[in-house]
Amino acid sequence: MDKFLSQMTEIFTTPKYLEEFLDGIWETTYSTVVSTAVAFLLGLVLAVLLVVGDKDGVRPLPTPIMKALNIVINILRSVPFLILMLFVLDLSLVLVGTKIGTKAAIPPLIVAAAPFIARLVETSLRETDRGVIEAAQAMGCSPFQIVWKVMLPECRPALISSFTTSFITILSYGAMAGAIGGGGLGKTAINYGLYKFNGAVMLVATTLIVILVQIAQAIGGHLAQRSDKRLR
Amino acid sequence: MIRLEHVSKTFSGQNEVHAVRDVSLHIAPGEIFGIIGFSGAGKSTLVRCINLLERPTQGKVFVDGLELTALGEKALRQERKKMGMIFQQFNLLMQRNCLDNICFPMEIAGVSRGRARKQAMELLELVDLPDKAGAYPAQLSGGQKQRVAIARSLASDPKVLLCDEATSALDPQSTRAILRLIQKINRETGITVVVITHEMTVVEEICHKVAILDHGEMVETGRVEDIFSNPQTDAGRRLVYPDGVALEQLPTGRVVRVAFNGNSSYEPLVASLAMDCGVKVNILGADTRSIDGKAFGTMLLGLPQDGTEAARALAYLKGQANVTVEEVRDYHG
Ligand SMILES: Nc1ncnc2c1ncn2[C@@H]1O[C@H](COP(=O)(O)OP(=O)(O)OP(=O)(O)O)[C@@H](O)[C@H]1O
Ligand SMILES: [Mg+2]
Repeated sequence: MDKFLSQMTEIFTTPKYLEEFLDGIWETTYSTVVSTAVAFLLGLVLAVLLVVGDKDGVRPLPTPIMKALNIVINILRSVPFLILMLFVLDLSLVLVGTKIGTKAAIPPLIVAAAPFIARLVETSLRETDRGVIEAAQAMGCSPFQIVWKVMLPECRPALISSFTTSFITILSYGAMAGAIGGGGLGKTAINYGLYKFNGAVMLVATTLIVILVQIAQAIGGHLAQRSDKRLR
Repeated sequence: MIRLEHVSKTFSGQNEVHAVRDVSLHIAPGEIFGIIGFSGAGKSTLVRCINLLERPTQGKVFVDGLELTALGEKALRQERKKMGMIFQQFNLLMQRNCLDNICFPMEIAGVSRGRARKQAMELLELVDLPDKAGAYPAQLSGGQKQRVAIARSLASDPKVLLCDEATSALDPQSTRAILRLIQKINRETGITVVVITHEMTVVEEICHKVAILDHGEMVETGRVEDIFSNPQTDAGRRLVYPDGVALEQLPTGRVVRVAFNGNSSYEPLVASLAMDCGVKVNILGADTRSIDGKAFGTMLLGLPQDGTEAARALAYLKGQANVTVEEVRDYHG
């Protein structure tokens, strides 16, 4: 206990730690934002394909294509993140030129999260009122217009919620990535907690992650609710 | 304006459903045409065949001289822009306010934002909701939502308005108001209207012509007053006289329905029946309806048990001008 207390005091008196945490916050935020943005876009496109290309969708696609798409998404979703990351790190080398650090973690995060997001968004899009889609068809909307002007705007609150969930999931994946060379608060927590037996630093780093999650959830929840015109 | 030629629609599945069977009909420009039938009769399927939301498995659909069933997707979308449609569940975009909902079809048609908004405001005036431009559908009552939906359906300046149970989710008062509005629009713009409903009152209120659909088949069609005063089929009778009297409870023998076209009324007839041929009949029920401004009365008469008296009464009734008489056999309500 004495050791923990002295470690705690050290954190607040040594500039080195402050810097470590500030860097951690920045790296975590940065890699999560970038990964979420890209993964969400990919996931959104996949989800639209899944919904629109369905056999009762607004623009049915050939069944083999839909089957293949579903299988790939399911496989990517079922591989544990850390294993997926080991595979995708080679891709990181090609894309961002390194296999370690914050940047290196971004491609695996995207590959891991996009299929998950695709399913999340798919569920929301499927809940678009069929009658509204029908009304749009009766007005002469093309399938693209139905997606762009009906489904996505009508699902906006659900999409904002999905985005928030994605952000938080990627944040936690990113913390895990710290174990195998990723950067950010996850790395700090694992380095100090696991290898240097510094429980205080681990605790603070973990608390910071929790706080980031809380902030993201609060903002996301608020925006989703505010954008929903059905509630007023 | 609308012509269906031998249109059939069969839904395939584990068990096939013949939702529409060989329906042919012609709807003239400017007409308000009712399609009535019981639930599951295929009304929605039929009206959806008109704008090809549902592709008929057989037959041809013509709108304004153009065969829609022969068009490709793109050309069909173009034609759909010339047809408005309103629904039982309104189907407004919940995340757009009223004004933007009305702008939607114009947006699709590529009308500039400024012009669309201006026209949308005019349409809101037309449906009597000018102060609801910024309101969201969730903030409106059912009747108001349907008004917005009507305004939206008119935004593309259509030649045809399809209404699928447009008033079925509304209370009687809103129903009347919506029907009045449709009638007014029809009179002012000459738009052709197809009204799908399971309520005879809706047809009576605004339709010029009506078709009765039963189990996917069109069993009767004609002018509303003709169908109303003298329905020929079982389905027609059940629709026109929805609440009958159970036959078992009747104290008398045969039951006839007497319908008056136009101005005659029933009390003098019953009196003269008693005086002229000495037969007393029971009035089991009477009802007056107004169709397109004219009054139509119907009356259910229970004839005496005695066969000869009954025959005399029947002959007398049949001899009256402006009256149609018909025997009711299966009056079980
Ligand atoms: N997409 C579909 N697939 C299979 N069967 C269908 C489909 N749509 C309608 N049907 C069937 O077709 C028949 C006619 O349905 P339809 O909706 O046209 O009836 P309706 O007259 O509009 O009834 P309601 O007054 O209840 O709306 C019903 O038996 C229904 O179950
Ligand atoms: Mg229906």
